[in-house]
Amino acid sequence: MGLTHRSVGAHAAAFGGTRRAGERVVALAGNPNVGKSTVFNALTGMHQHTGNWAGKTVGCACGRCRSARENYLFVDIPGTYSLCPHSAEEAVACDFVRGGEADAVVVVCDATCLERTLVLALQVRSVTPNLIVCVNLLDEARRKRITIDLPGLQAQLGVPVVGVTARKKKTLSALLDALDTVAAAPQPLPDAPPPSDPADDVRRAEDICRACVTYGTAEYAARDRRLDRLLTSRATGYPVMLLGLAGVLWLTIAGANAPSEWLARGLGWVQAQFSALLTALHAPAWLHGLLVDGMFRTLAWVVAVMLPPMAIFFPLFTLLEDAGYLPRVAYNLDRPFHACHACGKQALTMCMGLGCNAAGVVGCRIIDSERERLLAVLTNSLMPCNGRFPALIALMTMFFAAAGGSSLVSALLLTAALVLSVGLTFGATWLLSVTVLRGRPSAFALELPPYRAPQVGQVIVRSVLDRTLFVLGRAAAVAAPAGMILWTLANVHIGGASLLAWCANALDPLGRLMGMDGVLLLAFVLGFPANEIVLPIAVMGYLAQGSLGDSLGLAQMHALLTANGWTWTTAVSAVLFFLLHWPCSTTLWTIRRETGSMKWTLLAALLPTAMGMALCTAFTALARALGW
Amino acid sequence: MTHIQTLSELQPGQSATVRSVCAPDGMQRRLRDLGLIENTHVVCLGRSPMGDPSAYLIRGTVIALRRCDCRGIRVAVT
Repeated sequence: MGLTHRSVGAHAAAFGGTRRAGERVVALAGNPNVGKSTVFNALTGMHQHTGNWAGKTVGCACGRCRSARENYLFVDIPGTYSLCPHSAEEAVACDFVRGGEADAVVVVCDATCLERTLVLALQVRSVTPNLIVCVNLLDEARRKRITIDLPGLQAQLGVPVVGVTARKKKTLSALLDALDTVAAAPQPLPDAPPPSDPADDVRRAEDICRACVTYGTAEYAARDRRLDRLLTSRATGYPVMLLGLAGVLWLTIAGANAPSEWLARGLGWVQAQFSALLTALHAPAWLHGLLVDGMFRTLAWVVAVMLPPMAIFFPLFTLLEDAGYLPRVAYNLDRPFHACHACGKQALTMCMGLGCNAAGVVGCRIIDSERERLLAVLTNSLMPCNGRFPALIALMTMFFAAAGGSSLVSALLLTAALVLSVGLTFGATWLLSVTVLRGRPSAFALELPPYRAPQVGQVIVRSVLDRTLFVLGRAAAVAAPAGMILWTLANVHIGGASLLAWCANALDPLGRLMGMDGVLLLAFVLGFPANEIVLPIAVMGYLAQGSLGDSLGLAQMHALLTANGWTWTTAVSAVLFFLLHWPCSTTLWTIRRETGSMKWTLLAALLPTAMGMALCTAFTALARALGW
Repeated sequence: MTHIQTLSELQPGQSATVRSVCAPDGMQRRLRDLGLIENTHVVCLGRSPMGDPSAYLIRGTVIALRRCDCRGIRVAVT
């Protein structure tokens, strides 16, 4: 999920670290989902995003850590099952381990399934000296009554073995001590050549584990199986998925009401003070207008209306991700994706798209087949991202939930909108796979990780904080200038009408055809840098044409929109166009980088836009024919 | 008496031992990375809501595989 600029921006690509003098580079390798990023974060104090599913880390992250004797530069590389890579992100990992850039390699293993995660350690052992095996998740293993004989394992492997529980930072000192020891006395490359049959490593891991691992009870995974029956069975799989989605959305909407209100009131007060200050300074009227009515008011709208839902949805979603639910969604939805000749892992990238489409597009790297990866990239923006949710919520609350706003109704409507998005994604994927991206579905193997109790406190604090800072940063960078541009457009008059009126009038016929109007369409165009500013800009556009006062609440917004000719059909068209229009500039830029092709980038912009225009026009024609 | 069949025919709750793996090269490697080679013990845990893919317990990990990808894996039911 794209928490920060780091994870969606240029940093997400390759190893970008620069080694300082005297620093030792340590690569953190391991199978997907063994807790590499948790180890990395605990060591370096950084906040690389963690989640309970295979393939979450794409690209390398670097962070520094001091031990008693040395300075280390840790590189968190994407999870890989073996040194023969299948996908682009696995290739990154393999190149780094084989390339010899690292002074030492730490292979992180999962104590709850040591046998499988040890295979990579055996493979790395034959190509790299200075290997340390780090057995993570010891606490979870203990809970499942799995005991591991660490000294025995060290004797069998012939390399240092340390046991840790990465969530508890203290346990990592053993790893640093082992690294210091290796730094003091570098090991030679073992002279045993890699086995001729790669399956030998699997058998060797089996033998080692038979000697070193004891299972207290065969039923150690019984709880996971019961949960799986509830979450993925024929009778309950889909209902639970829908209920869960509706529940998360309801919590988001209900929880955002009060903070929205407070922020609106608080920012309204700040605006009055700001305005008074400018008056006291005898600022000219145009500057006053530009700063207060243009910049500040747009900023305040974005923060008051958009921020609270974003800051609540994100941690809730992260909790589900942490618990290990997302791979189950992919498992449940694989059959329809298979029918569309696509990969079930696309469901994972769609889930990430709910957070941020740019992150969703980067996440498509987990899909091995190039064709299926492109399908996922091109359709990702059909899932409404976190930046579009608040606008959808606002529209649904204003026009469809009874006055006063029943959050349950809004939540159900939003769930319906998301189901529509998923349906359209299937449709678009199918359409692409029978036209420009024809091909057979490739082999599919998806790991369903053990469920983990999420680290509730940490997730909430981190994701609320990260999300808030991210949205505030973007609001300052994008909403403020957009507000100033809009104010300028509204206040520069040419030929008896403002520039805004000229632009809106030019777009009006197209807007009307789709059941909206020129101002809203102009807001969509100006909102290209970030979807969360579309609705605030539209409201500013209506305000600039002269009506209503300074209030910021939803009720005032509803009155304003109604005064400008909005009906419930306008709202439906707006919702449809919010779901289906061009991706934001960040997403497009990411698609360009991920596909390396202008052609696919253009298609990724045109596909949802064409779908949105067609759907809005069809709905409007129908509504008019029926006399709504 | 052991009964030989393909992995895709294994019913939820049944367990089996892999006898041979015959799959396209990429899938064969992927399966090997996941630990699915000859003589591996496999348990079918369940099917997804629409009947495909199915979840298998392989060396302590749960892996979902599609029916069409399991056809070349022959197993002896235990």
